Amino acid sequence: MTFLPSSLRRPSALPGFGLALGFTLAALGVIVLVPLAALVLRAASIGPADFLAIARDPRTLAALRLSFGAALIAALINTVFGLLVAWVLVRYRFPGRRFIDAAVDLPFALPTAVAGISMAAIYAPNGPIGSIAQNFGLKIAYTPLGIVLALVFIGLPFVVRTVQPVLEEVESDIEEASALLGASRLRTVFQVVLPHVYPALLTGFALAFARGVGEYGSVIFIAGNIPLVSEIAPLLIVIKLEEFDYGGATVIATLMLAISFAMLFLINAIQGWSRTEYGNV
Amino acid sequence: MAMSDRFLPLAHAPERATSETAFTKVVLIGIAVLFLVAILFLPLVTVFVEALRKGWGTLFENFGDPDTLSAIRLTLLVAAIAVPFNAVVGLAASWCIAKFEFKGRNLLLTLIDLPFSISPVISGLVYVLLFGAQGWLGPWLSAHDIQIIFAVPGIVLATVLVTFPFVARELIPLMQSQGTSEEEAALMLGASGWHTFFKVTLPNVKWALLYGVLLCNARAMGEFGAVSVVSGHIRGLTNTMPLHIEILYNEYNFVGAFAVASLLTGLALITLLAKTLLEWRFAGELAAKAHRH
Repeated sequence: MTFLPSSLRRPSALPGFGLALGFTLAALGVIVLVPLAALVLRAASIGPADFLAIARDPRTLAALRLSFGAALIAALINTVFGLLVAWVLVRYRFPGRRFIDAAVDLPFALPTAVAGISMAAIYAPNGPIGSIAQNFGLKIAYTPLGIVLALVFIGLPFVVRTVQPVLEEVESDIEEASALLGASRLRTVFQVVLPHVYPALLTGFALAFARGVGEYGSVIFIAGNIPLVSEIAPLLIVIKLEEFDYGGATVIATLMLAISFAMLFLINAIQGWSRTEYGNV
Repeated sequence: MAMSDRFLPLAHAPERATSETAFTKVVLIGIAVLFLVAILFLPLVTVFVEALRKGWGTLFENFGDPDTLSAIRLTLLVAAIAVPFNAVVGLAASWCIAKFEFKGRNLLLTLIDLPFSISPVISGLVYVLLFGAQGWLGPWLSAHDIQIIFAVPGIVLATVLVTFPFVARELIPLMQSQGTSEEEAALMLGASGWHTFFKVTLPNVKWALLYGVLLCNARAMGEFGAVSVVSGHIRGLTNTMPLHIEILYNEYNFVGAFAVASLLTGLALITLLAKTLLEWRFAGELAAKAHRH
């Protein structure tokens, strides 16, 4: 109860604030904050010249470019198809709809390593889809294209589950009004309904993107992991650690974290903005 | 669509203009279903097809492999520590964040969510930098003969970090929406603080708690990146099921890898089923859908 001075806390009749907050802060500190501080301290102890030398290494730059590039493309694909899936699930009634609705969360529940080996088997040159693609001269597994596919799998539910509840709350009045005023259906959808969904869509995009940047398990099996070509940043961290190059691993991790936190900040800014613009999203 | 619309009688206009034509609907549903089949269902089915490539007998033989069994035991042990711990943290965090107003509450909420935006590999790396041989506490730990990295404690810590927000995330919005009036009434009637918590608060959030525990458990048992960094991959000792899949796969024992994968896929399907049942049955008693993840 004496954890915070009363000026920092609104008085309450409920007990246990100090105990709950103390326990939460202790767990948060030991599990999350102290280990992260170890990373930051390590990065700070490297020195700007060495830090830049590792950061500017072609292999580091190629890995970061691939992780962020593949995550960006996958998130864009998920933005389009995630919106379509959410639209179909919310607006239409068809057999199997509830089953599909439940299945969208599969990437949340399926371990990434399982998804990884399974997608590698499908898209490998001797796999069911990989062999068809091979006939058209297209190689999917062991190329950046395979990485994008794995990240599409991982990111899909983020977009669908962010957009779906917002789409459910769009009132039909505005569509009727738009139609009565003579707008075509296409125009009503794109200029009246979807603008309500854009903030949520942007949030879903950012979440899928952030997740894709850091993804490891589902990617490494399908990527082929060729340095400078299909080697993602998290894998380069693992390789540096296996070589006992803690400094190299720390620099790459710090760069990734800096960009991830910028993303988190952006997500919060978007949510704050969309709340003032469209009410609770 | 726009071309043919022009020739429809005017009386139908308002009706068609608030919904798509049947043809458009079928096309959109078709594209969505095809996309989901290719992206979600194909990998799911492939796991079982590959696991059964050499028949049921080989599948069960693979389950009985001593290294596989020890991987299963370790995965269960890690989840049995990480999930209850994060459930207790989730309850404590949601009690202070949802039932009290204090300065820094939003900052605390952001910090709890932090592990969601960190790459799993980095979640493992931070513990190597802290407890590894060249880490900050490495020399002290080796002097006292305590091993955390390349041992079970490191795997547990990395798993706890990765799954840290799962339970809190489900409980906080729900507890916030429930307010404090029921607890205040119980206290006024003379109940103790703990009694109030166990008899009033906990029953109100039990389904959301179960929901969070399900998701937390699925991630804890399936975590790969973070655990991979701290485990050291010692067969029979520090291999969890996902790590064992990687080893078998890299040894070109694909049927064995998919056999272990099929177990984890079964767990994922059970998790999805239980989660969906909770959503259908107790939608009102779970947190608002919009706040998930």
